[in-house]
Amino acid sequence: MAQQIVIEPVTRIEGHAKITIKLDEEGNVADAWFHVTQLRGFEKLCEGRPFSEMPSLMARICGICPVSHSIASAKACDQLLAVRIPEPAVKLRRLINLAQILQSHALSFFHLSAPDLLLGFDSDPQKRNLFGLIEANPQMAKDGIKLRKIGQSVIEILAGKRIHPSWIVPGGVSEPLNVEKRDAILAMLPEAKEITLRTLQWFKFSLEKFRDEIRAFANFPSLFMGLVTSEGKWECYHGRIRVVDGGGHIVADQLDPTEYQDYIGEATEPWTYLKFPYYKPKGYPNGMYRVGPLARLNIIDGFGTDMADQEWAEFRELERGAVLSSFYYHYARLIEILHTVEKMEELLNDPDILSKHVRASAGLNNLEGIGVAEAPRGILFHHYKVNEEGLMEWANLIIATGHNNLAMSKGILQASKHFVKGKQLSEGMLNRVEAVIRAFDPCLSCSTHAVGHMPLHIQLIGPDGTLLDELRRD
Amino acid sequence: MRAPVRIKTLTIDGKEVSAKEGETIWQVARENGIDIPTLCYLEGLSPVGACRLCLVEVKGANRLLPACVTQVEEGMEVTTNSERLVNYRRMILELLFSERNHTCSVCVVNGHCELQRLAQRLGVTHVRFPYRYPDLPVDASHERFAIDHNRCILCTRCVRVCDEIEGAHVWDVMGRGIKSQIIADLNQPWGTSDVCTSCGKCVHVCPTGAIFEKGKAVAEMEKRRQFLPYLTIMRGGKQ
Ligand code: SF4
Ligand code: SF4
Ligand code: FES
Repeated sequence: MAQQIVIEPVTRIEGHAKITIKLDEEGNVADAWFHVTQLRGFEKLCEGRPFSEMPSLMARICGICPVSHSIASAKACDQLLAVRIPEPAVKLRRLINLAQILQSHALSFFHLSAPDLLLGFDSDPQKRNLFGLIEANPQMAKDGIKLRKIGQSVIEILAGKRIHPSWIVPGGVSEPLNVEKRDAILAMLPEAKEITLRTLQWFKFSLEKFRDEIRAFANFPSLFMGLVTSEGKWECYHGRIRVVDGGGHIVADQLDPTEYQDYIGEATEPWTYLKFPYYKPKGYPNGMYRVGPLARLNIIDGFGTDMADQEWAEFRELERGAVLSSFYYHYARLIEILHTVEKMEELLNDPDILSKHVRASAGLNNLEGIGVAEAPRGILFHHYKVNEEGLMEWANLIIATGHNNLAMSKGILQASKHFVKGKQLSEGMLNRVEAVIRAFDPCLSCSTHAVGHMPLHIQLIGPDGTLLDELRRD
Repeated sequence: MRAPVRIKTLTIDGKEVSAKEGETIWQVARENGIDIPTLCYLEGLSPVGACRLCLVEVKGANRLLPACVTQVEEGMEVTTNSERLVNYRRMILELLFSERNHTCSVCVVNGHCELQRLAQRLGVTHVRFPYRYPDLPVDASHERFAIDHNRCILCTRCVRVCDEIEGAHVWDVMGRGIKSQIIADLNQPWGTSDVCTSCGKCVHVCPTGAIFEKGKAVAEMEKRRQFLPYLTIMRGGKQ
């Protein structure tokens, strides 16, 4: 009789998530899944509401990357209005999305992952947090706090101090940027660059130590998906979709994101509400793909900014084809931070960024809209249908955690096979499984373990449903 | 010949004041720089005393009295601010919040809302009553405006402005008690009303995000009601 181990992170966000590890009769790991259920709520919640609320409402999906949700949502609304928003508004939206990526990556790297990286995966969980980091390497802890603060300040300068900014609106943004604000942002960027370069140096130097993790952390071929510009460069706001395979070959390029349903299927499984997106031409589940920092670095032909391009070239030297180990998500994140800083500088030095033309106004002209953008954790789809009165009738969202679901499950399986021995649950196994999830940085994990370790609940359940073993870490 | 104006003297918060006969406690208080919170009351519209936010203590009266509809009397001793009053006012606001779905952070009037502003002013930090989470619709059938019953506090300002100032009488209240709801004409979609002139007056007197202009994004709707006193004067109406 097969047995199941269930790992349940106790989350502070809507819905919950858990990990199920299935054992076969011999007690060996047979299969593993990662499931989240928090998104259904939002798709229901918006029904009957005016679409003009969506950019703000959708921002609440995620406490860590509200801006990216706002942007995908506003782009879907632009389509409902059937407007092409003024170019300065595009630049401003891009600017704030870059700041969001910077802020979120800094949180992920320094606050959540650096303790693992610096103190070791098997170190005392009580110490493996930001405070432990402050003790062990005060400079790095300070850098992390500062970098995240810079990202946060840019967002606040642009969108106001509210927790849920309402600056991004259908048709553009609600207010132009002025000289003082621009200069205030520009003044912060050199330090951000310094910190990032310093950290990159350290990370590259430390890579040697993580050979085991690199090998075992969701290290397998998969497809990679994300947005690129028409020249194949890194893109977080507009752009078209490129798909690359594990060998680094382009499988599809310049796909129209608004036609996602043609090439992205969404499989369902009876045991979870979460959908499993897959690349249709390869079928399910072979069409598994990864999104986010690692994927973006695997699909692009370059960043288009000097320093990031140099780092990227070095990164791609790691493997002959695509870089496959999910451990490298951390590395990719640092390089992306560097690019966001360079790109923000570039945008802010463009005089057009101060233009007063930041909004197109129109009534409802389309009953369906699709907005796509890159969020810190990967490509994001917002697809809305409204009635003639502009009230929401239906929404479909595909978020990064969803895209990565298949790969994350496979990664957990790989790590479990490696680290789960017998029917006993061990702290070490918990740590590795947790670290694999953390490498992907699903929204869920970052909301739940902002301070220190991820709250987890593992249950080992016998064939007749009785509890064989239990391990809890809150 | 007009009848001579009679003068009444009274005290408000210990201060001796004089008032014209027929004036309300709220008006006299305001003339004397004392601001009694209100929600349903709006200068220019007839007062209805519906929200009870303006309750004041009057010495000798065995209950609290709504300042917006209570006329002054000779020798009255009025208290507009006491711990008891503040408690009641807070409770009224909490009840309003719990009754419908006020999600300020995604509301069109976030930052420009009378209900929100009052809650801040009176220090309402949490709601002690269980939220009812009613399932209420948004009527967006009108070409330019929409009414979101989730944010309505049943102050009836819209009813009164439409009837008394615009003269169209589109709005009414249907049902009783907790089931009350604002309706257009004979409980039909606003957009199908053939008496609505689309003047927008109800939009601007509504204290909350219940009636708003379509297409306004979150926090973008600001109410402008400078027209009200002007219109009432033009029509020779009394307050
Ligand atoms: S109407 Fe006022 S109190 Fe109600 S949700 Fe909107 S802002 Fe909040
Ligand atoms: S719709 Fe607005 S003005 Fe009318 S009763 Fe409700 S809250 Fe008052
Ligand atoms: S303002 Fe007096 S009862 Fe509402």
